[in-house]
Amino acid sequence: MKHIFIFVIAILMANSTIAQTIEVCKTCPISTLTDGILQAKDFDTIIVKQGTYKEYDIVVDKPLTIIGEKYPVIDGELKGEIITITSDNVTVDGLFIINVGTSYTEDYAAIRVRRSKNFVIQNLVLEKLFFGIYIEKSRDGKVFHNKIIGDAVEEYNSGNGIQLWYSKNVQIEHNFVQHVRDGIYLEFSDDCLIKNNVSTLNVRYGLHFMFSNDDTYQDNTFENNGAGVAVMFSKRIKMYNNIFKENWGTASYGMLLKEINDAEIVGNTFEDNTIGINIEGSNRINYKHNNFKNNGWAIKVKGACYTNNFTENNFLYNSFDIAYNSKVNDNIFDNNYWSSYTGYDLDKDGIGDVPYRPVKLFSYIVNRTPETIILLRSMFIDIIDFSEKVSPVFTPDDLLDNNPQIKKLTW
Amino acid sequence: MLKILKYSFYDLMRSRWSYVYFAFYLLLGVVLLFLNNDLSKAVITLMNVIIVLVPLIGTIFGVMYYYNSKEFTELLLAQPLKRSSIFLGQYLGVALSLSMSLILGLGIPFVLYGLFESSAIWDFSLLLVTGTFLTLIFTALAFNIALSNENKIKGFGYAILLWLFLAVIYDGLFLMTLIMFEDYPLDKVSLIGTMLNPIDLSRTLILLKLDISALLGYTGAVFKQFFGTSFGLIVSFVMLTVWVILPVLRIVFKSKKKDF
Repeated sequence: MKHIFIFVIAILMANSTIAQTIEVCKTCPISTLTDGILQAKDFDTIIVKQGTYKEYDIVVDKPLTIIGEKYPVIDGELKGEIITITSDNVTVDGLFIINVGTSYTEDYAAIRVRRSKNFVIQNLVLEKLFFGIYIEKSRDGKVFHNKIIGDAVEEYNSGNGIQLWYSKNVQIEHNFVQHVRDGIYLEFSDDCLIKNNVSTLNVRYGLHFMFSNDDTYQDNTFENNGAGVAVMFSKRIKMYNNIFKENWGTASYGMLLKEINDAEIVGNTFEDNTIGINIEGSNRINYKHNNFKNNGWAIKVKGACYTNNFTENNFLYNSFDIAYNSKVNDNIFDNNYWSSYTGYDLDKDGIGDVPYRPVKLFSYIVNRTPETIILLRSMFIDIIDFSEKVSPVFTPDDLLDNNPQIKKLTW
Repeated sequence: MLKILKYSFYDLMRSRWSYVYFAFYLLLGVVLLFLNNDLSKAVITLMNVIIVLVPLIGTIFGVMYYYNSKEFTELLLAQPLKRSSIFLGQYLGVALSLSMSLILGLGIPFVLYGLFESSAIWDFSLLLVTGTFLTLIFTALAFNIALSNENKIKGFGYAILLWLFLAVIYDGLFLMTLIMFEDYPLDKVSLIGTMLNPIDLSRTLILLKLDISALLGYTGAVFKQFFGTSFGLIVSFVMLTVWVILPVLRIVFKSKKKDF
């Protein structure tokens, strides 16, 4: 009896630990990925050899590792979704997935993860896609080193590069997303890490948060997107060392903050944007060690923003440093470097002796009558700005940086 | 005409004022580069200086030269020479020597600093072209004023007033108009208003380079077409050329009819 028991245990263990490797290629007995998955047992590895596989609606319903050798092409022929993962512990690595179907009723994705844990999606190349990587109601996964190149032109008929929906604790690192609607989109997704990604030339946002809390994004680059990065209706987001560049246009921002509370914005660079940061209804945010360079407006405060702290930032050569549309101010500006500061430092402690007023009268005028922007840098404007600086009438008179730095800050 | 141009030019080259003007720009260029250590930032500061200063010096110098060389002009008028060539020669002599002081004065420090290896070269050439245009325009305007006023003091007064009007007062009136009519679509009006003042026009050219990110923040199709494409650049240059041609034509016209 005892022997039989041990024997059974041994067989079970052998079965589960010695995973098999299944090869899929055009001339092999198993010539499609769908077939390979059907034949595979739990925890097997499927190796897909080089070649083109015209398949769609591939469902991965067992814990498998799928590895592509020399980037095999999975061609969906625009018929619908290509890979759907419904099991836990699935790894997909090194595939070239193209031609995802477009639909106005269903969000077809190149690869979808549904209600799964511990998934790894890495080294994929996605082209001609609707949605790229769509993660729904899943957790504890990784999305690494993927390259997503779409061909989106309009918002209404294009999808997002990487989309998270009701997911938790997902790491998104080293991805490259281009020409889709939103580069990376998080909705109802908490505790995610978004790191070292490059998101450029997207139709709408480079990165988009909705109702997602406690997420971190750092060391990413967002360049030349339709409207920059939008962070909306979220709490406790950490934004570190990102680069926001060249987001030009009438409704375009480096970063848009709407209804954001208790966030940290540290070490970011905002360069050549129409508006560096557009803030609306956001409270208790710390802005520290950021560089604002050559933006139209470095920061535009639209109202209902309280107890924000702007300390030790560099404001370099922006057309306008700060724009405010109200006379009430509850935000703190302290110890920043302002390139347009004209005061002096007689006691040589590195801090200007005269407080700096970052809101100019002209930015108030432009807010009221946008066409007057054409008078920017006119001598007359300099004169009225100067008189407003001496005795503020239209701009909030307590909006001051009492310790403006004399030299550009370095960290 | 070329001979008179040559005489005026050499006369001015020998005069102290050209050297002072040249030295001023040389100093400005050197100091800016020394303080900024950054070519493109120095170009930005220079742009601000140039659109105010070049017109001022152009006007004052033009008026001054006309009144000072009045006796020589009268001598020339006694010779069998065409009037238009006498005055145009003098005008070009002044304008070209001023432009040369500007270009050399600013060019030398920047070239020594490594302009040709820098990305700022286009901004800098735009700056010099704008400066030259402003010199041509304002010297011509100054000659117009001097031709119309026998009285020196009056002539100087009008010249200064013209500069003040175009550099400061015009923008003030312009701003008031825009604010007063803010309920109406104003993008065409604001562009036309800019075209009518050469200083504003040069400022716009500079804005196109420096503040394009801010300018694109305004919602307006006309603005977008103007600033977002090379259309704005072309139209601005055409308008600057018109601004040179009109006063010069008036010099020719006026000098033909004037009694000396």
